[in-house]
Order: sequence, then structure tokens, then C-alpha cells
Amino acid sequence: MTDLFSKFDPLIEQREQLLQSGLTDPFNLVMEKVESPTVAICNGKRTILLGTYNYMGMTFDPDVVAAGKKALDEFGSGTTGSRVLNGTYVGHRAVEQTLRDFYAMDHAMVFSTGYQANLGIISTIAGKGDYIILDIDSHASIYDGCKMGDAEVVAFRHNDVEALEKRLKRLAPEAGKLVVLEGVYSMLGDVAPLTEMVSVSKANGAMVLVDEAHSMGFIGDHGRGVAEAQGVIDDVDFIIGTFSKSVGTVGGFCVSNHPKFEILRLVCRPYVFTASLPPSVVATAAASIRKLMDSADKRVHLWENSKRLHAGLKQLGFRLGTEEPQSAIIAVIMPDLETGAAMWEALLQEGLYVNLARPPATPAGMTLLRCSLCAEHSTDQVGEILGMFAAAGRATGCIS
Amino acid sequence: MSDRQEIYAKVVELIAPFNKKGATITEATRFAQDLEWDSLTVLDFVANIEDEFDVIITMNMQAEIETVGQLVDALERLKASR
Repeated sequence: MTDLFSKFDPLIEQREQLLQSGLTDPFNLVMEKVESPTVAICNGKRTILLGTYNYMGMTFDPDVVAAGKKALDEFGSGTTGSRVLNGTYVGHRAVEQTLRDFYAMDHAMVFSTGYQANLGIISTIAGKGDYIILDIDSHASIYDGCKMGDAEVVAFRHNDVEALEKRLKRLAPEAGKLVVLEGVYSMLGDVAPLTEMVSVSKANGAMVLVDEAHSMGFIGDHGRGVAEAQGVIDDVDFIIGTFSKSVGTVGGFCVSNHPKFEILRLVCRPYVFTASLPPSVVATAAASIRKLMDSADKRVHLWENSKRLHAGLKQLGFRLGTEEPQSAIIAVIMPDLETGAAMWEALLQEGLYVNLARPPATPAGMTLLRCSLCAEHSTDQVGEILGMFAAAGRATGCIS
Repeated sequence: MSDRQEIYAKVVELIAPFNKKGATITEATRFAQDLEWDSLTVLDFVANIEDEFDVIITMNMQAEIETVGQLVDALERLKASR
């Protein structure tokens, strides 16, 4: 018998070697207690959270928590059903209305996760004979959506407008085309040149989908994302987003002005063949999104945090993913996985949690310590974080 | 040189910058096993091939191409179908 697990042997071996060196497993951390959007207790130690994507710090907002508790009391713990059967409650309709208001768009469709939103929309709208043109550094959910559908997939170099244009021009003019972009790329925290890319896509007859998972609530005057900030949101056909970052719960969505959009509720399999979100989750999401509409002050503070951390880390001598801060993600580039894991552990001992990111999730085989800032990080906390990076960096030899 | 020879020579030239192990290239050379390319190297290489030959090699086609010879075959077909 062939052991189907033998294909995982190289990974098992790499993992064992890393753990044998005495390091804590970076992919097995447990939060014993969570005190706020920015502080948790891990291994009995107070730990500042700098790797949670909780950009707007909504997870402990009293109004958001109250909305969830109320829905839990009134509608129970779960729907036990698909949206197209018994799983649509007033709360699901209400959160979709909230999204339409937030984005000022005609249609909104909520999925059980952001991953499923990409999986469902991409695999359903791009069919056999159509083309999906995507950025090489696209998120796994985008690639998986492509794999699940029957379209031909064409990749272009990361954020390269000319590469996108060349590929669009090589495709037959009559072919159906979907260009898939992200507002903020989550590994390096860099932003896409959407103005140019959307215009090139439209000029070549393509529909455009932009995943704004890492920009919602924060980037753009209304927090609608990079497409809003760059003034092209009206030319974007589909925006994909998530409730699991700025919104502070779980779930995914697609908003659009396409006149036939609603048909997707019947043909999109990751929407149909899964249970809908629990009533408490959609209630917290709706409450949170309503508050995000009026969060200009928080957006300003988050930008300040991002700029300060970026400048501070650069000054300490760390290599960063972007020259200038472009989002709430600051990626610190590590020379290799061993050093990255050692630095990750040293930071944890200092009392700081960041994400250790490594291939294949990262571009160009990089190992990254990914920091995501929160609007609830105080100015003092950012100072504390920089002190921890300085100590851990010197202890591991990452900086001198 | 025949068309095929020309395509082959160009492909070998474009492999060179990614041939970190300095492996000898033949028509039978396999990208994944012999050159040990990961998916990102493949994507960069394919982008260069696409630009050089002004064609599109979809990821669906790439899944069927394992060897240098198969890539040359695919490029011949793509050029002919234009």
C-alpha cells in the first residue's frame, strides 16, 4: 500500500528539524485569554498583538458585542442551513443592506468566509472558454477559485501594468475576461496601481474584480478600499471583502453593480452548499460596518501607527517589504527561515506576537515577520513594540 | 536553422538565468524534477517566454508541460495557430 501521506514527508522533516533546535512552534500558538484587540495572554505572558489583521479594533467594541449577544438570545446559536433553504434570517438580509450602504452599490452577497467569497465568485463567473488574468502574488483563495472553475488562467508579474496589458492584448477580443486584483497584497503590504490596471483592463474589454480584504475600513475616504482611494471604484465590477479583518468577526462578501448579480445566489456553489453564518455573527458584522462608516479619526490614527512603526523599524536597520508604508501591514524581511523562526520566538519572549510567513505563501521564497497594526494600538504601544524589535533583533543578530 | 531549432535555442537561452544548478539542458530536461524549479520560478520563466514569443501560455497549459521538448512543441503550435 502506498501511504498517501508520504508526499508530506519533506515538510514533516523540515518542521521536526526546526522544532528540534528548541524553538516554539510558530504555527501552534494558543491565546489563553484575550484582553482587547491589542493584548492577549499567551503562555501565561501578556503579549501585544501585532499580527491579527484586526485593523480597526472592532472585536471588543461594546456596540458590536451587544448586537451579537442580542442576536444570540433572539435567534439562537446557528442557522443549520444554506442561505437558499432555511439559512436566511433577517440578520443576513440586514448585513447585506449594510454592505450596500457602506459601498454605495446595488448588490451584496454574503458568504460564510472570505475564502469562500473568492472561491465562489471567481469559479462561477469565469467559465469554460473564459480567461482569468491574475497577479502572480494573488491570495490562495483566488488561485483555488481558479482551480475550481473551468476558465483558462493567465498570470502576470506582480503589480506590473505593462505585463497585464500585454497579456490582455494577446487574448482574442471576443473572449470573456476577468482581471483579478487585490487592493493591498497581504504578504508585503504593498498596494496595487489600480488606476492604471483598471483602466487597461476596461480598455481591453475585461471585467475587473478587486479583493479589498486588507483595505476595508481603513483605506479610502469612506474606508471602501484602494479602489476608492485611487478613484476607480466605479469602474470595478466586483469587490470582494471579508468580515474577518477590519470588521472583526468572520464571513466574506461580494458587492457589485452588475444588473444580473442576484442570479449568483442560485448558481454559486460555495454559497449554496454551505451553512449560512450564525445570527450573532451577521449581527456583529452589521453593527461593526455601520460604525466603520464614521471612523475617520481611527483611520487617521492607524495611518500614524503604520508610519511610525515603518520609520522606526527602518531606523533600527530592518529590511522592510515596502520603501514607504502603504497599508497597515509592515513586513520585515528575514534572511532565512531559521533566523525568521528565531526572531519570531525572541519577539514572543519579549511579549510581542507577529506572523511568521514563509513559502509558499510568500513571494520569491521569502521568510517574513508580518506585522499588522490596529487603530487601537496606542502611541505608547508602538513605542513598546519598537523596543521589543530592537532587543529581539540584537539578540538574534538580525540587526547590529 | 529550422523553426523548431530556433525556438529550442531561444528556450534554452531563456532557461539559463534560472538554471541555478547549471544542469545540462536537453529536450528531455524536466522543469520540476531536473531543474528543481518552484512555482514562482516557473511563473517568472513563463512570463519571459510569453514576452519573447508574444504568446499566452495559460496555467492550464503549463500543467501539461513537463519537459523542455514539450514546451517547444507547445510554442510551435501556438505560433502556428496565430
